[in-house]
Amino acid sequence: MDLRLPSKVLEHILSFVDSNEDRNSVSLVCKSWFETERRTRKRVIVRNCYAVTPEAVARRFPEMRSLTLKGKPHFADYNLVPDGWGGYAWPWIEAMAEKCPSLEELRLKRMVVTDECLEKIAASFKDFKVLVLTSCEGFSTDGLAAIAVACSNLRELELRECIVEDLGGDWLSYFPETLTSLVSLDFSCLDSEVKLSDLERLVSRSPNLKSLKLNRAVSLDALGSLLRLAPQLVELGTGSFSDKLDQEAVSKLSQAFSEMKELKSLSGLWDVLPEYIPLLYSVCPGLTSLNLSYATVQMPDLLELLTRCSNLQKLWVMDLIEDKGLEVVASSCKELRELRVFPSGAEGLNDTNVAMTEQGLVSVSEGCPNLESVLYFCVQFTNAAMVTIARNRPNLKCFRLCVMEPFAPDHKTQKPLDEGFKAIVERCKDLQRLSVSGLLTDKAFEYIGTHGKKLRMLSIAFAGDSDLMLHHLLSGCESLNKLEIRDCPFGDTALVANAAKLETMRSLWMSSCCVSFGACKLLSQKMPKLNVEVIDEHPLETRPDSSPVERIYIYRTLAGPRLDMPEFVWTIQKNPEIGVSHLAIK
Amino acid sequence: MEGGSASGSASTLSNNENVLVSCEDSSSPAENELELGLTLSLGGERRVSYADDSSSSSSLSSRASVTAGIKRTADSMAATSGQVVGWPPIRSYRMNSMVNQAKTLAMEDPIKNRTDATKMRMFVKVTMDGIPIGRKVDLNAHSCYESLSNALEEMFLKPKTDGHLEAGLKILPDGSSGLVLTYEDKEGDWMLVGDVPWGMFIGSVKRLRIMKTSEATGTAQMIL
Repeated sequence: MDLRLPSKVLEHILSFVDSNEDRNSVSLVCKSWFETERRTRKRVIVRNCYAVTPEAVARRFPEMRSLTLKGKPHFADYNLVPDGWGGYAWPWIEAMAEKCPSLEELRLKRMVVTDECLEKIAASFKDFKVLVLTSCEGFSTDGLAAIAVACSNLRELELRECIVEDLGGDWLSYFPETLTSLVSLDFSCLDSEVKLSDLERLVSRSPNLKSLKLNRAVSLDALGSLLRLAPQLVELGTGSFSDKLDQEAVSKLSQAFSEMKELKSLSGLWDVLPEYIPLLYSVCPGLTSLNLSYATVQMPDLLELLTRCSNLQKLWVMDLIEDKGLEVVASSCKELRELRVFPSGAEGLNDTNVAMTEQGLVSVSEGCPNLESVLYFCVQFTNAAMVTIARNRPNLKCFRLCVMEPFAPDHKTQKPLDEGFKAIVERCKDLQRLSVSGLLTDKAFEYIGTHGKKLRMLSIAFAGDSDLMLHHLLSGCESLNKLEIRDCPFGDTALVANAAKLETMRSLWMSSCCVSFGACKLLSQKMPKLNVEVIDEHPLETRPDSSPVERIYIYRTLAGPRLDMPEFVWTIQKNPEIGVSHLAIK
Repeated sequence: MEGGSASGSASTLSNNENVLVSCEDSSSPAENELELGLTLSLGGERRVSYADDSSSSSSLSSRASVTAGIKRTADSMAATSGQVVGWPPIRSYRMNSMVNQAKTLAMEDPIKNRTDATKMRMFVKVTMDGIPIGRKVDLNAHSCYESLSNALEEMFLKPKTDGHLEAGLKILPDGSSGLVLTYEDKEGDWMLVGDVPWGMFIGSVKRLRIMKTSEATGTAQMIL
């Protein structure tokens, strides 16, 4: 009796299975299920572009409509990865152009995207709809023009914090008059001014436009006319909020804001002057997301705004909010889920003038029962505060604390912050992401290894005493997926002893630690399914095995060694004749 | 679930691929293939250094930090922490915005941009022989050598697990305890701390080092 499901039936069933995790399970049942699944998967996510080859992915998923790729390691955001390391989008775009010409959506993060790439996209994918580039670089506004002119069904074009060679604002004019399908446009990271009339016409003929994020060059006056053309916006990123407007213009702008009944997300607000904050009051009650992290508004001017944001779920703000402002958040924003507090930074705005301490976060942890994600930059912290926060909010999923002074102890007791982080990992059983800072001994990492069972991503800087620290983490954290470490005094022993663990993780980054060249070679030889990349700007060939390397980036891969490595990246495949005979074996 | 038999290799391959071509990991057992007994001896000092403009410091990792592809944000780095590459961990994009805004604000409100020395912090790096990780101390938090010395003793000589200061360990100018405090001045020379008036010291100190007296050689140039 044939018990197999006809593949048509299976296909129909699979059309309801959206989650890739579930689809992965489906693909493992048997060969025919594998085949049916792979032919019907539309959305493919590759979180390390060097873990598989583009050809393999294209071959397996011929019906792919949406591809998401991530390139450089996370610490590239902080300039720890030298230019030219890799993460090129081109091979992927080329492969997809050939094998998956029906591709509609491309989402790239931390990748090098050239104008050539953008032109290829424009030329190859007839029904291209979505381009989202996050923290990418390598292209100019000319590439954007190519996309604008050719993609007649474009729905989303979003540039999130990209480094773009800005050759002027003309690119916007290349959107043809026939393009009416735009749903989302984000050019907030560009510098040049675009022609307002072109922008207005584009907005007017885009009835489905839901998200518009302008760049700083768009004036407050221009904002008014744009809002009147698009009162249906759900997400708005303003331009500069500081021009001097006359009374009439102000009241028109106020009117425009009050017409925006659907607005849920507000960002931009560069240079916002305190006297313009009231313009935003009418949209506050509807907001679920507010990004004030570029708004250099001092605390007193923020209070009134915050009290009106009763539905806020996500708040990004600078430490200018101070403890007092966070108390207001705690009492007004009961739906808050995510809080990020960024440092206001440069001399003149630094901590001596800003009264934000650990108390601010404690208040929010007390007042906001749904708080689950925290990024908090501050000058100092205490164990007691972390214990309180953990007790208040065992539902935390993401806790990233950045005490900005390396090695800073608990400022009240002068002790390391071990006990504080212990409380966090002990109480917050669903914690998935953790960044630690301040003075930490090996003990802190013993606690994390013991309790951080759901921890997937961990970031560490300037911490620990010995190899034990790394050993605790690699042997204890069962769910560990990404580990990134800088400036910690260890490496070899724990790394080599836990080498097998590395195959269960997406990647490991270590920079300015004490990992020796010999250990890298040993790891490379023992673990063929890992790419062990040594990123070091000094030549390695003549280095003794004991010499420490600047950075290592280790990731599992099916693709083998990559072919696009620059000079300063070494893998064992480059010099296979260098053996491991010089290692001292105790 | 009955059905066709799973082909071993296809499943393994697809499992590996699945893990890489999607969100979640499969949980494979962490087999420790390597003998724990295998260790590597590491020659040379382990030292964490900062990428100071001024220092041509000892460890490779420090030099690496300095040369490591600092693309666009050298200015912004100087404006914020000024001491360490990529720290605090803020995206370049945001750093650049912050620097621009700071300039704007400084122009608007000079009061906030005080350069009063008593309000500004003055962090200098402090290392102690035999301890791999350096610390930083705010010299402006002290007004005399004794205060500074006490602070350093707190930082370096107080074991972290318990609160007891090892009896008798003090950083004394005469080095009689075995430890002596030295500093590098603007000219790059290493001097004994305490010889000049405090104000003069503050004006010329670049960094501090707690040395074992057995290694101090007075006026000789110290090689790090």
